[in-house]
Amino acid sequence: MPTKMREWSWGFLFIAYAIASSIAAERNPWTERISGSAGDVLEDDPVGKLKVYVYELPSKYNKKILQKDPRCLSHMFAAEIYMHRFLLASPVRTLNPEEADWFYTPTYATCDLTPTGLPLPFKSPRMVRSAVQLISSSWPYWNRTEGADHFFVVPHDFGPCFHYQEEKAIERGILPILQRATLVQTFGQRNHVCLNEGSITIPPYAPPQKMQARKIPLDTPRSIFVYFRGLFYDVNNDPEGGYYARGARAAVWENFKNNPLFDISTEHPTTYYEDMQRAVFSDDIVLPFADAIPWEEIGVFVAEEDVPKLDTILTSIPPEVILRKQRLLANPSMKRAMLFPQPALPGDAFHQILNGLARKLPHQKSIYLKPGEKILNWTAGPVGDLKPW
Amino acid sequence: MKLSVLQQSYLNRRSNSFRSSGPLDSSSDSAIKSPAAIFWLVLHGLSCLISLVLGFRFSRLVFLLFSTSYTNLYTSPFHSSSELAKTLDFHSLLPTNPVGNVPLPSLNNTVTNSRVVVGRHGIRIRPWPHPNPVEVMKAHQIIERVQTEQRLQFGVKDPRKIIVVTPTYVRTFQALHLTGVMHSLMLVPYDLVWIVVEAGGISNETASLIAKSGLKTIHVGFNQRMPNSWDQRHKLESKMRLRALRIIREKKLDGIIMFADDSNMHSMELFDEIQNVKWFGAVSVGILANSASTDETVDQKKGEEENPPMPVQGPACNVSNMLAGWHTFNTLPFAGRSAVYIDDRATVLPRMLEWSGFVLNSRLLWKDGDKPDWIKDIDALDGDIENPLGLVKVPSVVEPLGSCGRRVLLWWLRVEARADSKFPPRWIIDPPLEITVPSKRTPWPDTPPELPANEKPVIGIQEPTLMHTTKTRTSRSKRRSKRKHDEARADRRTGF
Repeated sequence: MPTKMREWSWGFLFIAYAIASSIAAERNPWTERISGSAGDVLEDDPVGKLKVYVYELPSKYNKKILQKDPRCLSHMFAAEIYMHRFLLASPVRTLNPEEADWFYTPTYATCDLTPTGLPLPFKSPRMVRSAVQLISSSWPYWNRTEGADHFFVVPHDFGPCFHYQEEKAIERGILPILQRATLVQTFGQRNHVCLNEGSITIPPYAPPQKMQARKIPLDTPRSIFVYFRGLFYDVNNDPEGGYYARGARAAVWENFKNNPLFDISTEHPTTYYEDMQRAVFSDDIVLPFADAIPWEEIGVFVAEEDVPKLDTILTSIPPEVILRKQRLLANPSMKRAMLFPQPALPGDAFHQILNGLARKLPHQKSIYLKPGEKILNWTAGPVGDLKPW
Repeated sequence: MKLSVLQQSYLNRRSNSFRSSGPLDSSSDSAIKSPAAIFWLVLHGLSCLISLVLGFRFSRLVFLLFSTSYTNLYTSPFHSSSELAKTLDFHSLLPTNPVGNVPLPSLNNTVTNSRVVVGRHGIRIRPWPHPNPVEVMKAHQIIERVQTEQRLQFGVKDPRKIIVVTPTYVRTFQALHLTGVMHSLMLVPYDLVWIVVEAGGISNETASLIAKSGLKTIHVGFNQRMPNSWDQRHKLESKMRLRALRIIREKKLDGIIMFADDSNMHSMELFDEIQNVKWFGAVSVGILANSASTDETVDQKKGEEENPPMPVQGPACNVSNMLAGWHTFNTLPFAGRSAVYIDDRATVLPRMLEWSGFVLNSRLLWKDGDKPDWIKDIDALDGDIENPLGLVKVPSVVEPLGSCGRRVLLWWLRVEARADSKFPPRWIIDPPLEITVPSKRTPWPDTPPELPANEKPVIGIQEPTLMHTTKTRTSRSKRRSKRKHDEARADRRTGF
């Protein structure tokens, strides 16, 4: 369920008192450079730093699924499809698996949509298992490391746990066969079963043209203090609230629906405030590309229990701090890193994923298994998962 | 058996999506193992039943009784694991979700250093939901600061002073119009000088009005009275503006000259846009020429368009955004039916091009200094000019502003009261009226019946004092039949 997914890794509240830098590529001297933990990593070029081999899976794992339902290209988990396409055309791709650093298995696991467009995860574990069985029997590279130099894009709710309901997802845990692989996912929550150490968190997919078309011009004076568009209550599954977003969104609605400073509603967003100051309130959340982007300096983090005091917290931030955060946000490389443009542009989210993978190189010697050694338990997990797909 | 049925019915009532079949599966999967669990389940089922009967969530009532914290109207997740264990059982009692037993195994996964708790969380609501006024002020200050920064970054670099020229004269609607312009000018974020030229000499009325603005003003008198016909009024206003331009030249004021007629309406973007002018610019002016339309015009227009577009005067550009010509006002539809005298009820027409649509760099007027050679000297003008284009030798040098005239940044309007309308000087009733005379008895000529009910502004002023006199009651009853609408208003005001 995409809405629930949003709660975890993208529970952003957009405050629209933003100044912006120029939209075009020209360097505005007023923006501040973002330095991540490893320096200016957002602008790194991954080409030359790694090689990725893309497995040729039968089209029933990817193309045929997409043909059956082309809506998959525009929903929020479309990142897996676009990542595949990007890798096929990228210079980091190698056709020689012997020289590859990373291996990519293209399965479109979320492309099983209900009539209303919500993705169902029920078949995804079996599909992924079947894909891994295929690659382990047709190529030797999986068995060499039991997947430690493979990566998978799992952008769904709760990522590799393959379920939209939190309790069920935790019960399942990460799919056992993916335990050693690197997972590229949108779900990010510290100390959670569904987030492994070393996973790469990415932003959810949003069509870049839609965002571009609805941008507010930069010199329009910002007059809204707090802006949010999105669901507060998940009326289908959790109408009273308390489950969805751990009650945080419902708390925002109940506390601030009559507050004139807050422009919050469930309407579909008609405008996109490009450089908003972002406030995050989800305890222990892990934001996209957290090792490259210093989110603490850019956003405002509010503990869930402090949500009723959100207005106090926001108004007590000194204006200089706010302006600094906006300057950081205005950095064009920051904006580019959040998008999945077609065709890919330098510095966009695809490249950041590759950068993340490149930073994990070189692989440690310990991931290579001795012959005959087996670590993964292929029969672990719910019985239903073991059925062939 | 009964329990599972209850659970099922409860679930079905709660969620209508087939996706909720997930939790139902798991509840039937997790078999009941211990007597304690059975007991809780029985209690749970009972609560469900009671809720079904009562029609509301019984559990909330039960829980409210147990709730200790007044700040959290609902439950809230807890921090220590011991509290967690204690209250998780409590959670499973409440019929929030039949999968109440499941959170227990998850406890092992959410280790102590994480505060994340799975399961239903309370929705925290603070007891006093209204915004704190101090915080609201702070928020507005933050917004202002951000807007200032925005203006610094994206607004005009090195803004120039704006010199506003307004011709005016004392009349009933002067306060109405001049206040509007004044407030607009007070909002302009740049340096401003306001030159007010008054026909008939300087008067206290105008002086007191513009003094309230707090702007830097130059109030100049012009020794001719404003004539009664529109044609002559336009001519005199041109002269008055030229007078202002001469003052600018004498004082060597440096900035951008714009003409703000006192009955026009200006948008704030206009002042930002005119900062872009180099020497001589033109903007598009929307003409609000249709005043009270008579019945004949309505009938005629019915056959034609539904909503005739607002006429716009201003520069016209060609494809490459160069000045190609001018949009002017089409006076043909109004031929013979336009207003001649200032208080005519017919449409007031603008000239071909209005002064207010032009802006110039004040250095064009200076006697010396480097200025382009296409500008004529003001003192060397023979006669008057109808619009500032008369100051340039070559009309092609005019810069079109406002994305080449596509943005309408100000609106032209002329609305005046009757020539013999009276108003208290400076709009102050002093001393307070003691004897009031109903307006029927004034020497004003009888008004024709199709006038709208709220035409006479004087009635409103007089009403509050009506209670002092008995004379007017009889007259009010006479008027009752004619002006019921006004009566309702008056009654409310006097409290009868």
